[in-house]
Amino acid sequence: MSAVPAIELRSITKTFGKVVANKNVNLSANHGEILSILGENGSGKTTLMNMISGIYFPDEGHIFINGEETVITSPKDAFAYKIGMIHQHFKLVDVFSAAENIVLGIEDGAYNLKRSTEEIREICDKYGFELDLDKKVYTMSVSEKQTVEIIKVLYRGADILILDEPTAVLTPQETEKLFKVLRSMRDAGKCIIIITHKLHEVLSLSDRVSVLRKGEYVGTVKTCDTSESELTEMMVGKKVELNIHRAEPNDAKLRLCVSNITCTDRQGTVVLDDVSFEAYSGEILGIAGIAGSGQRELLESIAGLQHLNCGEIIYYDPETGEEENLRDKTPVQIRDMGVRLSFVPEDRLGMGLVGNMDIVDNMMLRSYSKGHSVFLRRKDPRDLAERIINDLEVVTPGANTPVRRLSGGNVQKVLVGREIAASPTVLMVAYPVRGLDINSSYLIYNLLNEQKEKGVCVIFVGEDLDVLLALCDRIMVIGSGRITGCVDARGTTKEQIGLLMTKSREDVR
Amino acid sequence: MTNEMIKPHHKEPLIHIVKRDDMVWWKAWLIRIATIIVAVFAVGGISMLLTGNDFSQTYETFYRGVLGRLDEGNTTMLWQYLQDVAILLCLALALTPAFKMRFWNCGAEGQALMGGLAAMICMRELGELPYWAQIIIIVVTSILAGALWGFIPAIFKAFFNTNETLFTLMMNYIAIQLVAYYVVVGSNGNTVLPTSSSGNLPIIAENEYLLNVLVVAVLSVIAFFYLKYSKHGYEISVVGESQNTARYIGINVKKVIIRTMLISGAVCGIAGMLLVAGTDHSINTNTIEGQGFTAIMISWLGQFNPFIMMLMTAVVIFVGNGFGKVTERSNLDKSFADIATGIVILCVVGCEFFIHYSIKFRSSKKEAKK
Repeated sequence: MSAVPAIELRSITKTFGKVVANKNVNLSANHGEILSILGENGSGKTTLMNMISGIYFPDEGHIFINGEETVITSPKDAFAYKIGMIHQHFKLVDVFSAAENIVLGIEDGAYNLKRSTEEIREICDKYGFELDLDKKVYTMSVSEKQTVEIIKVLYRGADILILDEPTAVLTPQETEKLFKVLRSMRDAGKCIIIITHKLHEVLSLSDRVSVLRKGEYVGTVKTCDTSESELTEMMVGKKVELNIHRAEPNDAKLRLCVSNITCTDRQGTVVLDDVSFEAYSGEILGIAGIAGSGQRELLESIAGLQHLNCGEIIYYDPETGEEENLRDKTPVQIRDMGVRLSFVPEDRLGMGLVGNMDIVDNMMLRSYSKGHSVFLRRKDPRDLAERIINDLEVVTPGANTPVRRLSGGNVQKVLVGREIAASPTVLMVAYPVRGLDINSSYLIYNLLNEQKEKGVCVIFVGEDLDVLLALCDRIMVIGSGRITGCVDARGTTKEQIGLLMTKSREDVR
Repeated sequence: MTNEMIKPHHKEPLIHIVKRDDMVWWKAWLIRIATIIVAVFAVGGISMLLTGNDFSQTYETFYRGVLGRLDEGNTTMLWQYLQDVAILLCLALALTPAFKMRFWNCGAEGQALMGGLAAMICMRELGELPYWAQIIIIVVTSILAGALWGFIPAIFKAFFNTNETLFTLMMNYIAIQLVAYYVVVGSNGNTVLPTSSSGNLPIIAENEYLLNVLVVAVLSVIAFFYLKYSKHGYEISVVGESQNTARYIGINVKKVIIRTMLISGAVCGIAGMLLVAGTDHSINTNTIEGQGFTAIMISWLGQFNPFIMMLMTAVVIFVGNGFGKVTERSNLDKSFADIATGIVILCVVGCEFFIHYSIKFRSSKKEAKK
């Protein structure tokens, strides 16, 4: 199309207190192009896009749209400039249908759902969306909800679409479908900006890539001229070895046997449905599945945080050889039984740690009640904190800094460090690298491997299938609370796991 | 398509707000103290406008209203001031563990009244017993009465997740009505309960306020260590920050809620007892004078730290008593003192905004670029 870029940013700077979220960022995107913004978590991708969509206002710099300098002070302004953003967290009314959600909030006087529905259908046909417009949002899958969000933005006439980590919640098959419509939108002359930190997506989808590192603009390259390792180097600032070492499990013994557990949530919906599996010492058992398929409940059941309707969880003590049933035990009872169970929950600051407490106090969480004194003993936790800060290279001003001030990677190091320090026999981790930079991620993988080689039974709930395939010994797939398959990670493919992830969903419906 | 774009406006917004977290602690305190001083003088200015008094008159009255004739060696007003500080601080100390647990106990008024009522009943009924027995029974029953008033909402919160704010507020009204009832019954249909001569707390060094001040000073130190160094205090923090974390590490959340509210109510009960058995020797529905609600604010202003709370109480009572006297002297409406105190506190709360955020103006930004 025209030579003028659809959107151009010049020397944009945004700070939050001392934190520089964006520093002197320049980039541009054209009509009929897909631009990826690549960067690790915390590199300022989302902040930058929020400034384009009017949520934040830049401290310095200029935004040009179609060559004209503009000031965007609210999301409404952004709409007027035909900019639409699809956020990571959807903003839909659950009890409304797709069509109702799409027309919601448009003030043009005449509300005519029938006419609007036809217009929406035209959009769907034009770009190849598959969506039942009368379907209520609460019955939709995540990918359908995302489709509604995208159509909503298109219906408002957006020319520039920004998608914030759109594939984070999708299966490989759904991702492929999304990419297809994005490509057809590009061919129709839209300008599409996609925020991501997944390299293979960047390479397969976009025309150009702009890389941010720690808030600073590193550069823009054409996708066809670059490679995975070059992009990683731009993103991290140095060469990174992207291989995970995987040892053969040795001397695997049955450590945990879960049989037929079923549990329901507060609303009475079945979240775990007749789940059975076995976990062995010295192996990493991966659990794959679409987010919210019961992974959390499964781990919480083992950790003594879920009430089970039926089933058994048998733990085989490696020292005494005794069998213990963990069902309906509280975390304290499990600890008192001598079961060394460590659990790194998905919600680090809301469950695993206390954000406003310092590292020392967070170290005490599991051990503070030991002894008969009324008062706390902060000496051992302080030593432990210092040791973890040293061994895992936690970047912090000191052991007395509240953990919420630390970056995501350092928070996770503190949490994993504490859980490993308890020398567990079973270590459960849920999404341990979510939000972490590449270096921290690999540090966590290495820690898990170390535990595995020590004979610990590691249970790893992950979302990145590439990582699951490279790290785990066996992968169990969970869908809608059911185990849909368990495969050997050394002899399977991403597509196979993707199929298992979606299989159950159709079965249950 | 691109040409028919609507242009909202081309100017940058006049001001925008930027978060900052780089202020050093002494600077923040300087701002807080300056705010208090400026606010006191500003409100004093309003009172001068309303009354026609001049500056020195107003602030002389203000100062004398709080500390009296200290220069002539008369310490009565000073001790009265310390007594007011002690009672308000005691109530704020009581609320703090509950607040740290994110349990919004708005029932200090009622819990303290119940403590006072229990003390009053014992004082009037146990005149026959030996003095030491009277005192022990008074202390124990008033603590229990206050604790009971904290226990009831805690049970409902722990087991049925009822809203504790409304619940504790309602409990205040029950306590007030119980006191009103007892006053009528106890005075044989009169509206004022005669002062009791038995069961009064001992007077130390011929100063009727000294005991209260000492008790609260000790309580402050205990509260500081309880919150910061005890296992209970740690559990309170964890439950307050995140019930999920508490569950995860196996803290019994229900137990902590109930235990903490028992303590909170008990300390309120002590405050009521200090007032009734220590200084007033009588009770009416207004014995606590609404300090149970002011205490909520003290607890927050003091950032849940007993020693900062001590400072804040001193300021709030100073301002309140001072403007009380100004109001009284110049025939302003009684509520002027409350309004004045309210404005000062509002300014103190408001200055936190400037400690945590800075405001950037459009013009200054443009100049900086040149």
